[in-house]
Amino acid sequence: MNQQHEEGAVARTLAEKVWDAHVVRSDGAQDLLYADLHLLHEINTPIAFDGLRAAGRTVRRPDLTLGTEDHLVPTQDLFKRIEEPAMRRQAALLAENCAEFGIEVYRRGDPERGIAHVIGPELGLVHPGMTVVCCDSHTTTMGAFGALAMGIGTSQVEHVLATQTLPLTRPKTMRVTVTGRLGEGVTGKDLILALIAKIGTLGAQGHVVEYQGTAIEALSMEARMTVCNMTVEAGSRAGMIAPDDTTIAYLRDRPHAPTGADWDAEVAHWRSLRSDDDAVFDSEVVLDGDAIRPFVTWGTNPAQGVPIDATVPDPSSFADPQERAAAEKALAYMDLSPGTPLREVAIDAAFIGSCTNGRIEDLRAAAQVLRGRTVAPGVEVYLVPGSDKVRQQAVAEGLDEVFTAAGVQLRTSGCSLCAAVNEDRLRPGQRAASTNNRNFEGRQGKGARTHVVSPAVAAASAVTGRLTAPTDLEH
Amino acid sequence: MEKFTVHTGQAAPLRAGDVDTDQIIPVRFLTRLTKSGYGRDLFADWREDPEFVLNVEPYSSATILVAGPNFGTGSSREGAVYALTDYGFRAVIAPRFGDIFAGNAHQNGLLPVVVPIQVVERLWHLLESDPAAPITVDLVEQRVRAEGVDEPFPVDPDVRHRLLEGLDDIGLTLQHTDDIATYETTRRPALPTTTRH
Ligand code: SF4
Repeated sequence: MNQQHEEGAVARTLAEKVWDAHVVRSDGAQDLLYADLHLLHEINTPIAFDGLRAAGRTVRRPDLTLGTEDHLVPTQDLFKRIEEPAMRRQAALLAENCAEFGIEVYRRGDPERGIAHVIGPELGLVHPGMTVVCCDSHTTTMGAFGALAMGIGTSQVEHVLATQTLPLTRPKTMRVTVTGRLGEGVTGKDLILALIAKIGTLGAQGHVVEYQGTAIEALSMEARMTVCNMTVEAGSRAGMIAPDDTTIAYLRDRPHAPTGADWDAEVAHWRSLRSDDDAVFDSEVVLDGDAIRPFVTWGTNPAQGVPIDATVPDPSSFADPQERAAAEKALAYMDLSPGTPLREVAIDAAFIGSCTNGRIEDLRAAAQVLRGRTVAPGVEVYLVPGSDKVRQQAVAEGLDEVFTAAGVQLRTSGCSLCAAVNEDRLRPGQRAASTNNRNFEGRQGKGARTHVVSPAVAAASAVTGRLTAPTDLEH
Repeated sequence: MEKFTVHTGQAAPLRAGDVDTDQIIPVRFLTRLTKSGYGRDLFADWREDPEFVLNVEPYSSATILVAGPNFGTGSSREGAVYALTDYGFRAVIAPRFGDIFAGNAHQNGLLPVVVPIQVVERLWHLLESDPAAPITVDLVEQRVRAEGVDEPFPVDPDVRHRLLEGLDDIGLTLQHTDDIATYETTRRPALPTTTRH
């Protein structure tokens, strides 16, 4: 697919450059790819360590591996005993396995603990051009730094632990160009929801997506992470954004960022990491950034979304019979009727947090909406920072006072209602405006209904008790 | 890993698209510390419905699942594959699979078989009119066969080789430890480590 440069060098995309720089050896269809960073959490890892032990193998690079407790931790009372025995055992096993194999682990009470995809960037562990893997599909978050960051399964975790490499098939590449600039009250979350609605849940399957365009360049690192986080919801292997001044400013002075002469050398290297002008992508998508509105999902997969100004679609409006059937099933689960304006949909709960929207900028956006307002009676609000450092910063900025005045409690960090595998769980039939990434059936608790939205929309919805754009609120 | 060559067995028609891994195994069941036992909780929420296909004879003893498009999207949980294999499934036939799911399946001897939706519809129809109709998934010839169906399917040659031989991926990679060590000498020295500062 690549064009030859005149001097003979092949024009390559960013993803191809990072991939090529990590090929240990090539064996026909698959490349053995080196992993620069391997993150672990409590779920999906015990069986990998078990396999390692059973085969008498060791961890090749514990110094490139890091564990964190995020999925199972309580968020209201951090040190509370995990009630369910199987979950408690699973939580303990991460620490035991990491200790046995010499791997650093951030446990409850550690000020640097948080959701894997939030603390990796926050600690400066993710640099442009790196490869990052983690036993979690939202590893794609870290592609915002121009890294190639991919979610892997448990067998692959075992493989990386033992060899620091993975045999992988070279992905295809897709360029998503977002032109113009996002309007007031429109966020990275709305941008990515609009993209997924356009291309579908497997629209980017087998591809690494690279985001380009003025609307992307104007995004903060936090917003870029939101976009890359949900890139996996379009079925992609990874999402990437080439490093620029925003990336470099974010990394400066982070605990694991290079220092002194190393910093200058690495910055020069990072600046070289971009797709060549004449590189050819396997597919191209263009999105008009000026036209994007606050988005909300109405169904049970992340592609079933519309602008908040719209109404619940009529399944019969879908030409494709599969899509029609999916919409019928989704509306039945969501208890929604076609034609209902989304702004009239009443909610019982709001969740602001997760690796999609649990960073400081997200809490600031929520605080901006909640300042001087109170949450509607009967709406339960879960406000859960993505890391304990995010929480500390929110407190330092006085955001917790805004939240308290609005009737919202700032919790300690964890996945919480995103996976609903700790004690935070919606009840059957409860409906939530959520800043997480997935509206699957039962994702936030059996029978619970999820509308995926931005932090500003979640906060505004909490104030009115129904789905609401922040610009709908009186100033 | 169990080899996969040619498998003939009972199939179950799962008339649903977008079957994400949260449906295959809800997150609350991902607490087992071994791969066995997961089958009990396969499609746990859907199985509460007595008419769900796996609650109906003879589909309940199926070893091949025939599903709609976009099977195994969403969460990377390998438990979704453990649940299918532990239940007894050897292959899933669908028009399209989530990437991570397909990769996890290959690691556990479960074969994702990609065929066009029209073929899936034919298999559904066959299984609904003749529930015990056997289906054959032939990895050697890369074909799905059933009454009125003889359809080729694509498989990555490396994956096919490993499945046919039942080879352990990690063992294969460990044969190249020298290459890995050589690669490590070329890594940029300023790359981070996770050692606490
Ligand atoms: S916040 Fe949600 S998506 Fe992110 S790692 Fe936790 S469970 Fe996964």
